[in-house]
Amino acid sequence: MKYAIEVEDLTVAYKEKPVLWDVDLNVPEGVLMSIVGPNGAGKTTLIKAMLGLVNTAAGRVSIYGKPYSKQRSLVGYVPQRGSVDWDFPTSVGDVVMMGRYGALGWLKRPGKREVELSLRALEKVGMAKYADRQISQLSGGQQQRVFLARALVQDAKIYLMDEPFQGVDATTERAIVTLLQELRAAGKTVVVVHHDLQTVPEYFDWTALLNVRLIASGPVDTVFTEENLRLTYGGRVSFIKHNGHNTDSDQEKRAEAGGI
Amino acid sequence: MDILSLLNDLLFDYTLRTVALGSAVLGIVSGALGSYAVLRKQSLLGDAMSHAALPGIAIAFLLTGSKISLVLILGAAIAGWIATLIIMSIVRTTRIKYDTALGMILSVFFGFGLVLLTIIQKRPDATQAGLDKFLFGQAAALLERDVITMAILGSVAIATMLVFWKQFKLLSFDPDFGATLGFPMRFLDVVLTTLIVIAIVTGLQTVGVVLMSAMIVAPASAARQWTDRLGPMIFLSAAFGALAGVSGALLSSSISRLPTGPTIVLCVSAIVVLSIFLAPARGLVWSWFRDRRNRGRLRLEGMLEDLYSLALQHKDPGHAHPVSVLRLMSADKGGVDNSLRKLEEQGLVRRVKSEDWALTKEGIEHARQIIKLGVGEGQ
Repeated sequence: MKYAIEVEDLTVAYKEKPVLWDVDLNVPEGVLMSIVGPNGAGKTTLIKAMLGLVNTAAGRVSIYGKPYSKQRSLVGYVPQRGSVDWDFPTSVGDVVMMGRYGALGWLKRPGKREVELSLRALEKVGMAKYADRQISQLSGGQQQRVFLARALVQDAKIYLMDEPFQGVDATTERAIVTLLQELRAAGKTVVVVHHDLQTVPEYFDWTALLNVRLIASGPVDTVFTEENLRLTYGGRVSFIKHNGHNTDSDQEKRAEAGGI
Repeated sequence: MDILSLLNDLLFDYTLRTVALGSAVLGIVSGALGSYAVLRKQSLLGDAMSHAALPGIAIAFLLTGSKISLVLILGAAIAGWIATLIIMSIVRTTRIKYDTALGMILSVFFGFGLVLLTIIQKRPDATQAGLDKFLFGQAAALLERDVITMAILGSVAIATMLVFWKQFKLLSFDPDFGATLGFPMRFLDVVLTTLIVIAIVTGLQTVGVVLMSAMIVAPASAARQWTDRLGPMIFLSAAFGALAGVSGALLSSSISRLPTGPTIVLCVSAIVVLSIFLAPARGLVWSWFRDRRNRGRLRLEGMLEDLYSLALQHKDPGHAHPVSVLRLMSADKGGVDNSLRKLEEQGLVRRVKSEDWALTKEGIEHARQIIKLGVGEGQ
């Protein structure tokens, strides 16, 4: 199997407290993968380590066999929505254009082509008519879609997304899922930090369970088991798999799992 | 002094021209680069840098015995830089928070600077005179070569800012994302911080170390009120900085014994206050008007709805009702007569008897629309 991302023996510590411990994770090309785990499990850190954004104590990450620094153009990143100041004086189109800055290099300025590409990316997330809008006027779901458009405009092969469903309404969540599935259908590899256990079997085909150590990773069908979930969440979650069907009791469990 | 003679002096009076040019340069540079400090929520860093520059100025003078502005500015820049580095490393390596580290370093450096200044002033030779001008600034003491030094430093800073426009935008908005694109964010942070140091030290002679940070923060905060785009904000901020710098410096040079720094700061504060109140969209005055207009419209619509629902109970939309009933229905007791008069002017209600009112045909139509829209919004 061809791996898009390979993580070997990755250990990350903040001031001696390990956040990730000896993680080995291979992400095959073309999967739509979720990373799930309790708060403080190191999900965001894992994504940031893949992107070279945190100092690692040990271990290696390679993107298609080479270090990230050599493969930047292959990776698109969607950070957590709350990580930036949405009152920054800039427009929606301008934020999306930032996705092209890497390809433009140090000195080239965005031109017509970049405007065109940004508009097309905004169209894909249904935000084309907001291109000139000041970003402080956006709702949470719209902010998330702008960030997605910024990653799309990077035209990458791998997309790393940190909680794209955080605080968005049901309509936006559906739109984002559809977009992720389109990306997978186009042969892209998508890795998503995800919080909602109940939707994992429905949305994703691959998953990694993380709690500082990697508990398991693989196809959702084989890995997303009650046993593994108990190992990940420390037995505090009672979760029954319904073969991908959502039932009323799922909703209750969702509330339970969300409380962890 | 009338405007024409002031203009005449600006063009032909050497001192006044030098002062105006120098303060314009200082305003432009600190206004433009201050925008980044404000947007990156580092407003107080400018304060620490400028206060920390004082010992640098004193040491540069003690070492070289020269009062050439380039030498003193260099000393100021180095001291400001060291202070910034210390603050950053305190935050990185200890549990002390940013604001605490900032306050500590600011006062330690400034205190040290004051001690050095006192020592210098007690020395018997006469050359030391004038160093204390760096506390509150004195534009009138600017020489042509000072202005040239300031202009060169400022041009370099502005040019660097324009070259790294994209990178600085990423750094200010989303540094992590910028790093994933391959830009060395820490290096860019150092470059931008250096530019802000340059902006500060070019203004020290004119504004002084105590109040220089106002020139970093105030023009940018004023500019932010007027625009929602980075480019226009930086341009406006530079313009506001120049305006405040020139007017403050001219005022202080024409009125004797008026310190320049505080005068410039008062000018820039006036710009900030005006901007906060008057700027469209963000300005307080406009949003007050908007709120008032909306409240007024909502009250009239509420009145129409009340009349309509009353009329429905009589199966006749044009049925008339006494004011007293409307007063009971209205939450705002005082406004009923006023609202009815306004609605009458718009032809939506008519007075049937002295105290009885009814909807006109247009009024009925209007009320129906309001109710329909209201339901639509609820869904």
